[in-house]
Amino acid sequence: METTIAGYKINTTEDGYLTDFSQWTKEIGEGLAKEQGIEMTDKHWEVVEFLQGKHKEDTALSIRGIKKSGVIDIKSFYALFPGGPLKKSTLIAGIPKPKSCI
Amino acid sequence: MKNLVILGSGTAGTMMANHLRPKLNKGEWNISIVDQYKTHYYQPGFLFLPFDTYTEEQVKKVGKKFIPKGVNYIQKKIEKILPEDNKVELEDETLDYDILIVATGSKIAPDETEGLLGPLWKKDIFDFYTFEGALALRNKLREWEGGKLVVHITELPIKCPVAPLEFAFLADSYFKEKGMRNKVDITYVTPLDGAFTKPTCSTALSYLLEEKGIKLEPDFAIERVDNENKKIIDYADKKVPFDLLVTVPTNMGDEVIERSGMGDDLNFIPTHKHTLQSIEHENVFVIGDATNVPASKAGSVAHFQAETLTDNILLYLKGYKLKEEFDGHANCFIETGDKKALLIDFNYVTEPVHGTFPFSKIGPLKLLKESVFNHWGKLVFRWIYWNMLLKGIAIPFVSRNMSFKGKVFDIKK
Repeated sequence: METTIAGYKINTTEDGYLTDFSQWTKEIGEGLAKEQGIEMTDKHWEVVEFLQGKHKEDTALSIRGIKKSGVIDIKSFYALFPGGPLKKSTLIAGIPKPKSCI
Repeated sequence: MKNLVILGSGTAGTMMANHLRPKLNKGEWNISIVDQYKTHYYQPGFLFLPFDTYTEEQVKKVGKKFIPKGVNYIQKKIEKILPEDNKVELEDETLDYDILIVATGSKIAPDETEGLLGPLWKKDIFDFYTFEGALALRNKLREWEGGKLVVHITELPIKCPVAPLEFAFLADSYFKEKGMRNKVDITYVTPLDGAFTKPTCSTALSYLLEEKGIKLEPDFAIERVDNENKKIIDYADKKVPFDLLVTVPTNMGDEVIERSGMGDDLNFIPTHKHTLQSIEHENVFVIGDATNVPASKAGSVAHFQAETLTDNILLYLKGYKLKEEFDGHANCFIETGDKKALLIDFNYVTEPVHGTFPFSKIGPLKLLKESVFNHWGKLVFRWIYWNMLLKGIAIPFVSRNMSFKGKVFDIKK
């Protein structure tokens, strides 16, 4: 579906994830974060960039991956993206959330 | 003589031995398969063992029976792979190889979670991903008088990602049949944001949890198990109490992959997702649960991979370019309880679809819909596994790549 974030038209899934990462910009990331009630800081951006890098390498995203990333520890990760940090941080990063086969 | 060595005689390794022996000249190629264990388990049966649906004998056989004549079966422990030297060290000998196929699978690693192997392990906390775990759980369920049953996934990826959900559905049926469903409270706990994470599935299947009275606890990434207070606790300090915890611990590749320095954080080997050649070594191929490819870790996936990998090994030996063919195809039955099941068919890019399988419009199996026929399909599959799948016999009308005939892509239908 098409929606407008920060003045830009983007295509998303029904639960709000970008379907085409090439549409992502920092402004859109900021807009998506605002909708989640999150004000982006440098640390937030560092996590988002890490996730985007992993996504590019086709690596599955997990809490374990975050733990070993050296970017952030788990407690702070939860504090930055409260209530489901992986699903929120991936949404802001413009990449798919972790999924199962159904 | 040249040597082709297969490590692991589980589903994937056994299939590769059966595929390759008739295709490689016996005067030119030795094929060896190495596995330290004597028993071959029908792992999908572990889901049914706890509920007394299958007996112990129905899910295990002597592995050697499925290895074809002309393949050297070595029942020894693998110490280390030396991919730079084209050698594999076993407990008391060293094998040289020209081609190596790694099929060492994945297994549970309960020690990755704090407190999981505490005083309650195998008393009130069980896994059903091992034969021993499934049996211990069966014995527990036979005498359990009810309370809070928590079915839990630690982290992904896991082997057969739908199995824990199937377990919750079958538990609902089991306790209904025993006339004690009102004494059991079932909660499904997952690190993902729902029991169904793909739009086609959440649209078609969300009713199942409600219908069966199964509670959902999503976004739960476990930090530790509190044995004293019988609770699992996540990183956000959320607590879920249990009387009986059925957990799927972290799944990891075999320790030999770690000892050989060939794996990622979880000991899975970086593998090309369409050719199944290892990223690091061109004469090393990886199949089944041992790879890091983003396909489901499941027998059906290994079956489809085996067909592509066989072709690719033959191409490699002739010096041709490998086929980038494997599409992540998976085809799985999902037990929903009350003697019904679903069937799903999907690949790397296409989500599970509606329609009929394997024949367009005819079926007889229905995709993404509960039916009694699908349940029979799952039970018949045990016979197919032992008699066709392991022997590398193609399953009629089911192709290695996902077919789009007779399938409906509109999720509203």
